[in-house]
Amino acid sequence: MSLNTSTILERRIVYLLLFLAVLLPLLFPIGWGSDVSPVVKMSYDLIDQTPAGGIGLISFDYEASTITEMQPMAVAQIEHAWSRGQKVIATALWPQGPQMAAQSFEEAKRNPLFKDKEYGVDYVNLGYKVGGMVTVQALGSSFKDVYPKDSSGRAWDTLPMLKDLKNLKGLSWICSLSAGEPGLKDWIMIAHDVHNVPVTGGTTAVSAPGFLPYVNNHGQLTGLLGGLKAASEYEALIGKKGPATTKMDAQSVAHILILLLIAVGNIKVWVRKRNNAKNTEVTNA
Amino acid sequence: MPEIMNTVGIWLGAFFTFAIFSFLYKDNPFYKLAEQIFVGLSAGYGLIYIIYAALLPNLFTKLATDFRGNLILLIPFALGIMMITRMVPKIQWLSRYPLSIVIGTSAAISLLRFLKSDLIAQVAATMINPFESNVPSEIVGNLMLIIGTICGVYFFYFSKKQEGIAKIPSKIGVYFLMVSFGATFGYTVMARISLLIGRLEFLLKDWLHIIQ
Repeated sequence: MSLNTSTILERRIVYLLLFLAVLLPLLFPIGWGSDVSPVVKMSYDLIDQTPAGGIGLISFDYEASTITEMQPMAVAQIEHAWSRGQKVIATALWPQGPQMAAQSFEEAKRNPLFKDKEYGVDYVNLGYKVGGMVTVQALGSSFKDVYPKDSSGRAWDTLPMLKDLKNLKGLSWICSLSAGEPGLKDWIMIAHDVHNVPVTGGTTAVSAPGFLPYVNNHGQLTGLLGGLKAASEYEALIGKKGPATTKMDAQSVAHILILLLIAVGNIKVWVRKRNNAKNTEVTNA
Repeated sequence: MPEIMNTVGIWLGAFFTFAIFSFLYKDNPFYKLAEQIFVGLSAGYGLIYIIYAALLPNLFTKLATDFRGNLILLIPFALGIMMITRMVPKIQWLSRYPLSIVIGTSAAISLLRFLKSDLIAQVAATMINPFESNVPSEIVGNLMLIIGTICGVYFFYFSKKQEGIAKIPSKIGVYFLMVSFGATFGYTVMARISLLIGRLEFLLKDWLHIIQ
């Protein structure tokens, strides 16, 4: 068997093992828990300590491709805000954001505690606006000018919860659930650094390390949810065994497998190097 | 009718998921088909969405309902038309003007914001008293933040050869960078596994109804 054929075969075995490592825990959940990290707790505390009646904004800056990581965060935060008597505005800097927001509100309303939440009173979906940072900047002056209508075409003045909201300063907190640009960074730069409104965020795991430096003593970012694990931590904080929690078993098993594969790969390289060195010695002798 | 469309959508989703996954075995026509349909659909969706979400409400509807009150919108309209002239070789030079306006304004807006948020605020965030906390782990964390930042930045100082004692902070900087790359790799693995979980959950839950 040539080296190339054996590499291809090994690769297929790795794919198969990984497939099984993810599939089996989804079919037969293990129930492993995970500790809550300080950055997730900060994000939770921001919403938890906001008084009832306060308005929070969740910006749905992601699309269907990252729904597995982002949607559980959105649902958990909406449920948390509603449980504290707050109102939630959904906006979007990504075209598919309004659909993601609508799905999240629908899912949150499936919880019997929130089935009576009313559109326009407890939550609104303002929809997508093109422009990224420029749009966020314009929200600093006037919400109504940017969103004269919501995503379904209802005029701003017909939505009771928006009656007293003028601009970003009227918000208690902002959370950008962001899978890239435009997204969380624009909210940090304008909403926090210019208007001093507390900003928290959720990102895909890939983007999380890039945003952690913003969680600093200047409060540029008040906590961060990075990937599925952070979503499961948030669900644990609100006492919910939600979609992120159930998927964490698969995540953990896959990570253990990858660790094993890295170890096996390293041992294989080490053995090959040792054999090569022995062969060289024999040839030289 | 919506029920049937939903079922068809789920079956199509399952088919395209398998078609894309089949690439893991080897390149094949099903993968190619799925890939090209995805590219075409994304481009079409993006175009239609921009027309309905940006062009119609922000430009055409306003001009159609109150032309005199929105005369200023003729400027972006003209710039937009000039941008399209890229497709006509003889007059494609016209597209340079709207492009220069977009680049100029974006750069100006971003420069101010990035300078404040990414440079000044980030540098200021490292200017802390490492010993202000009573918790030992926090003191260690603060010290690592300061040392890591200084040594990491020093590693990228190329104006003088880093040898002798000047090599030490550079070496420490490399270790900090390696740890950061490791963390980034770990997060990337987590994100990719999440994508696989998402697809398998779709197959098991929405398609096969095996799990709740």
